[in-house]
Amino acid sequence: MRLGRQMLLLVCGAGWIQPVVADWALNLQAPKSDIAARIHDIHTLILLVCLGIFVVVFGVMFYALFKHRKSAGHQAHHFHEHATVEVIWTVIPLLILVGMAWPATRAVLDQKDTANPDLTIKVTGYQWKWEYDYLQDGVKFMSASSTPADQIANQAAKGAHYLLEVDEPMVVPVGKKVRVLLTSHDVIHAWWVPALGVKQDAIPGFIRDTWFRANEPGTYRGQCAELCGRGHAFMPIVVEVKSEADYQAWLADKRAGNQARAVAAVAAVAKTFSPAELKTRGERIFAANCAACHQADGKGLPGVFPALAGSKIANGPAAAHIDRVLRGKEGTAMSAFQEQLDDADLAAVITYERIAWGNTGSPVQPADVKARRK
Amino acid sequence: MEANLAQPLPQAHHAAPGGVWRWLASTNHKDIGTLYFWFAATMFLIGGLMAMLIRAELFQPGLQLVQPEAFNQLTTLHGLIMIFGVIMPAFTAFANWQVPLMIGAPDMAFPRMNNWSFWLLPVAGVFLVGSTLLPGGAVAGGWTMYPPLFLQGGISYDLTIFAIHIMGASSIMGSINIATTILNMRAPGMTLMKMPLFVWTWLITAFLLIAVMPVLAGAVTMLLADRNFGTHFFDAAGGGDPVLFQHVFWFFGHPEVYILILPAFGIISSVIPTFSRKPLFGYASMVYATASIAILSFLVWGHHMFTVGMPAAAQLYFMYATLLIAVPTGVKVFNWVATMWRGSLTFETAMLFAVAFVCLFTIGGFSGLVLAMVPVDIQLQDTYYVVAHFHYVLVTGALFSIYAGLYYWLPKWTGHMVNETWGRWHFWLSAISVNVLFFPMHFLGLAGMPRRIPDYALQFADFNRVASIGGFVFGASQILLLIVILKCIRGGEKAEARAWEGAEGLEWTVPSPAPYHTFAQPPEVK
Amino acid sequence: MNANGNQRTSTWLTTLAAAMFAFGFALVPLYDVFCDLTGLNRDAAQSLVNNTQVDASRRVRIELVANVQDGALWRFAAPRQPVDVHPGELVQIEYELENLTGQPLVGRAVPSYAPLAAAAHFKKIDCFCFREQRLAPHEKVRLPVLFVLDRGVARDMKVVTLSYTFFALGKRT
Repeated sequence: MRLGRQMLLLVCGAGWIQPVVADWALNLQAPKSDIAARIHDIHTLILLVCLGIFVVVFGVMFYALFKHRKSAGHQAHHFHEHATVEVIWTVIPLLILVGMAWPATRAVLDQKDTANPDLTIKVTGYQWKWEYDYLQDGVKFMSASSTPADQIANQAAKGAHYLLEVDEPMVVPVGKKVRVLLTSHDVIHAWWVPALGVKQDAIPGFIRDTWFRANEPGTYRGQCAELCGRGHAFMPIVVEVKSEADYQAWLADKRAGNQARAVAAVAAVAKTFSPAELKTRGERIFAANCAACHQADGKGLPGVFPALAGSKIANGPAAAHIDRVLRGKEGTAMSAFQEQLDDADLAAVITYERIAWGNTGSPVQPADVKARRK
Repeated sequence: MEANLAQPLPQAHHAAPGGVWRWLASTNHKDIGTLYFWFAATMFLIGGLMAMLIRAELFQPGLQLVQPEAFNQLTTLHGLIMIFGVIMPAFTAFANWQVPLMIGAPDMAFPRMNNWSFWLLPVAGVFLVGSTLLPGGAVAGGWTMYPPLFLQGGISYDLTIFAIHIMGASSIMGSINIATTILNMRAPGMTLMKMPLFVWTWLITAFLLIAVMPVLAGAVTMLLADRNFGTHFFDAAGGGDPVLFQHVFWFFGHPEVYILILPAFGIISSVIPTFSRKPLFGYASMVYATASIAILSFLVWGHHMFTVGMPAAAQLYFMYATLLIAVPTGVKVFNWVATMWRGSLTFETAMLFAVAFVCLFTIGGFSGLVLAMVPVDIQLQDTYYVVAHFHYVLVTGALFSIYAGLYYWLPKWTGHMVNETWGRWHFWLSAISVNVLFFPMHFLGLAGMPRRIPDYALQFADFNRVASIGGFVFGASQILLLIVILKCIRGGEKAEARAWEGAEGLEWTVPSPAPYHTFAQPPEVK
Repeated sequence: MNANGNQRTSTWLTTLAAAMFAFGFALVPLYDVFCDLTGLNRDAAQSLVNNTQVDASRRVRIELVANVQDGALWRFAAPRQPVDVHPGELVQIEYELENLTGQPLVGRAVPSYAPLAAAAHFKKIDCFCFREQRLAPHEKVRLPVLFVLDRGVARDMKVVTLSYTFFALGKRT
């Protein structure tokens, strides 16, 4: 393997190509679940069989190419049929195929076997983030890419986990059978973690299940694997596998955090923030939730995503602006943020949109948002 | 019209009319073949430039040249253009030029319909490419057009559906014409089992097209209705199912894959025997293999959808059925190798491309075998491994066979031999760079890079850069092909009627270049 | 090789093309038949043939899931606790639906099951998903489902999921 990499580097003119990360990975990611390990083995088996056939068949062909050349004085032999040979090279591949299908069949049946899970997590795809709902434990959160926009725009150095990092990872206990229920809120997505050997499409209106059992603690990264619009490259999946004790601690933390946040949200509704406070908080929320379409400079993408800088809604009455963010716009990629953000966050992001980029709208307080909720 | 054609036409003094009108109103199979060819070449340039942009954006991580929305438009249009605008019309060009010449017919069965089926294509091409100028830009939902994503787009999505309808109508008319010509207009004595293999593969391809293009038309019509007329074929809210579209689409889509490769098998089966100076090995088994591949292609569509969550039984069925296709495909490769075995080989450019086809297409076949394995496919579905797989099949497969066919038949079409020096440069540059371009994509897919993304994680940077460099060289090398063709049209060594020493078949009995009208008197085939 | 022969051949080829166009559309009802046979997508009551006895020897845990596509319009909730049932036992559960707007709304739920193999064993006697739901402004309703998980369900299937996704019908007012 190392030799292969060195040769590749040599072939590609090592001197002038400076690898960003010296990672000439040639094979599947190191498997971290039994299914992933079996996938790895089946792939290796087929690869070797194919390689064997390739060498034999093209060994014969290249022999002919060198030995049976006209320039080498070879005369053509005019045979054009041979029943025995033809039967043999029909039957032998058939037998090889049966041999390859056998381990694959057993793996398929095991991959599909979602019975007896230790816990079930419902995963919902959104354009362009994931929602994780721990059905038995009452924990539910959104997980979006946390790669800063300036790294994507090449204005800042890229971090080690560029495009493969999220604000809130999915956390699961090690060695437990985790059943994942997949569905989608809008278009088809696919939830994929290569090291765990799971991939399943998330289909709006329907629910599909798959499962994995991680063999060792660690952080495993994947991406959405089904084209889902402009943010398709920017909805990573991060699974943190923890020991049972750490997992329970995380769960307790998460529940407490939810409660604290709920209390803070209630308190925030009563509070009045200064426009500057709202703007700072709003800018962060805008970057995470809105900038993918409306762009960090608020100019949108002409013809696809409307500009907010100078827009009628952002400069008009606050009520209409709040309604649009709360309820989204049907038939477009603008989703309803009512259930995704709390009143204070909504007030902050709406205020930010109303006073950034030269907009002259009035600031909005959490109480205003609460009032428009119903 | 048809009645007129049945009359013997005096060959010498019935030359082509001049000017633009010759091309607009032409009913001559050779003129229409030429038109198809230049249409494919133009679209190849457009689709190729899009591919260059895609590779330039992917040269390094981060967003450089195009925004994600534009990137999705590029990948979508690149796919649609290369499939419907390049490979299919190019094969139809070969069918128009060669089928009548190879079976000893004076022209196609329906010359006027032939004219219509060509002139629909530029209209569709303009719609497809022109939709980039519409508000919101061109289609960005992938060439597979999966709803609900495809339901979100703007007016250009409707225009694209319309373009697909037009191209479908063109293909169906073309196929009816070709199939009728082959079935009814063969020279006396040319039984079905005496037809050149290229004619056989096109006959089977024509049937595939007639069977599945209407299914695609149905699928996109339902999409159009869902988008504009409030139906719910693919919308769960109204009792539909987005996955149903995938079933209908791939019921078309898998036979379509063979539509894009069977004529390639035919071309290669003409080229290899010529330069081996030896008849094709296992002609009958080649015919049966082609037919069984065509039949199997209707039974395997589910292997494109292993991750949608189908029952285990369905996954296993589609896996076994897909593996079966390897058997007849293997037979073909073995037959080609056996044809070369103990021949008297020379390596003109046409043969170089044919040999490269056999090797590299087999790599695409092997990666197809890997993808047929459900457990492995779960890991590799929608990754760059799939991109590598279908580019090996379609570029080093279908496209290389088109190159082989061009180098092989250009002397017949132009009357001049091809400049072998330029041809060799074109071959070696293409054959090396295409591997630098696509081979690393296997590694990218295995390592976990999804397809259709404008930006990627840092561990994929190295191989992407290599692939992009290969892509630029491959793209630039195709300029050589244009030079070769133009040089060949304008002059060069005179080609004899039998341009190649080992060439067999009726097309080599007429002068080079082939006169405007050929076989007014049907030849006798012994 | 005559005009008549060409006409005949092209006529039947054209017929083939037209038939395949029709077949494309026929795939829609065919798919429904397939889904009905496998139980993937049923929206009518099923009879309880061969299911007169309760299999008290085992229990299956049924997880209940609610999804809603227009979260701004509705609140749609499943019972938080899963239910443990014996195969063959008649079970009633209730979902909750609330209209969050000041306008009347019409909507419908689409059922879905996981794992897929469980679908065929869900026999719904009555379900709110059979009908459209019409809600007055701010109305809150309880939606019952009456079903039997039949005794044919595989022994190793210990957890199954019943999911409903609620969609608004017609355009927003």
